[in-house]
Amino acid sequence: MPWSRVALVVSIVIALGVAAFVNGRVVKRNTTAQGLAAWDQVYSVLTHPRCINCHTATNYPQQGDDRHRHVANVVRGPEGKGVPGLNCASCHQETNADSTGVPGGHNWHLAPLEMRWQDTNDRPLSKAAVCRQITDRSRNHNLDGPGLLKHHEEEPLVKWAWNPGIRPDGTARTLPPLTHEQFIAATRQWVEAGTPCPSGK
Amino acid sequence: MATYQLNINGQRKEVNVDPSTPLLWVLREDLKMTGTKFGCGISACGACTVHVAGVATRSCIVPISHVGDRPIVTIEGIGQDAVGRAVQNHWVETDVVQCGYCQSGQIMAAVALLKNTTKPTDQNIDESMGGNICRCATYPRIREAILNAAAELAKGGA
Repeated sequence: MPWSRVALVVSIVIALGVAAFVNGRVVKRNTTAQGLAAWDQVYSVLTHPRCINCHTATNYPQQGDDRHRHVANVVRGPEGKGVPGLNCASCHQETNADSTGVPGGHNWHLAPLEMRWQDTNDRPLSKAAVCRQITDRSRNHNLDGPGLLKHHEEEPLVKWAWNPGIRPDGTARTLPPLTHEQFIAATRQWVEAGTPCPSGK
Repeated sequence: MATYQLNINGQRKEVNVDPSTPLLWVLREDLKMTGTKFGCGISACGACTVHVAGVATRSCIVPISHVGDRPIVTIEGIGQDAVGRAVQNHWVETDVVQCGYCQSGQIMAAVALLKNTTKPTDQNIDESMGGNICRCATYPRIREAILNAAAELAKGGA
């Protein structure tokens, strides 16, 4: 290939790269079909117990892979951080306490009710319903696509899901079905496709 | 082993323990402060409740390495402030205690409630005290003592 043609190809690739990320905004680059496939992967993580246990539609968080109601009558409280005699921070510290089996992370709290990914019977919502929630800026702390990507990349409680520590019985807590890197790649693909949501309820 | 400088009830205490040692063990075994009780050991009953930086905390499951420089208040020191004193006074006046084993944890949770909620409703009490188990079922008297303490504090008492 002549050098002039190589230079042309390189220029086009660079131009596409620049166009894909303009002024901090991800520009649509993937097809809707690719985006929906990526959303399936994202959804598989969001509905894993490490994530969905604190995205309840009820007055309490859940625990464990069986997603049982949190022991000790823990309740949500006005800010999702429990109540004065029984805060999340009554047990959950800034980091995992592996010697006692209690998970921990910065600002441990329940997701607000508008970010619920379950129904009131503790059943996970559909792919379409979770997608609608997570893309509704009135229910997602006003995050756009790149904001959601950043949230998945950097939020300490999101990242905790891949470092969930040791259970009281000494065994490791299970991890989401994707690695964090795969989760980010899938989120990026979905965002780059314009955050498409499946149709249906 | 590691050395930790702790602030407990306003006093400096130094302990040399394994970093994984729960705070409850440090209080009871190393500092001989036995007012705080071991109940379930898995944060399910509330008997071990102390305050860490003002937060009612289950000391049986918090390793000492996680405490840092946050001040700790135990049942031995809770009477040093007005809310703690009012709660303790009304605990006695209402004759709340039966066997007494859970009561230090109950008082610590009740003080945390009243420091944040000056006029607690029944729901506030149910939610804040719901994690503190009393095998003697003194719950009605616990509720009464909390409401009486709140009323006295509202009048500027204790």
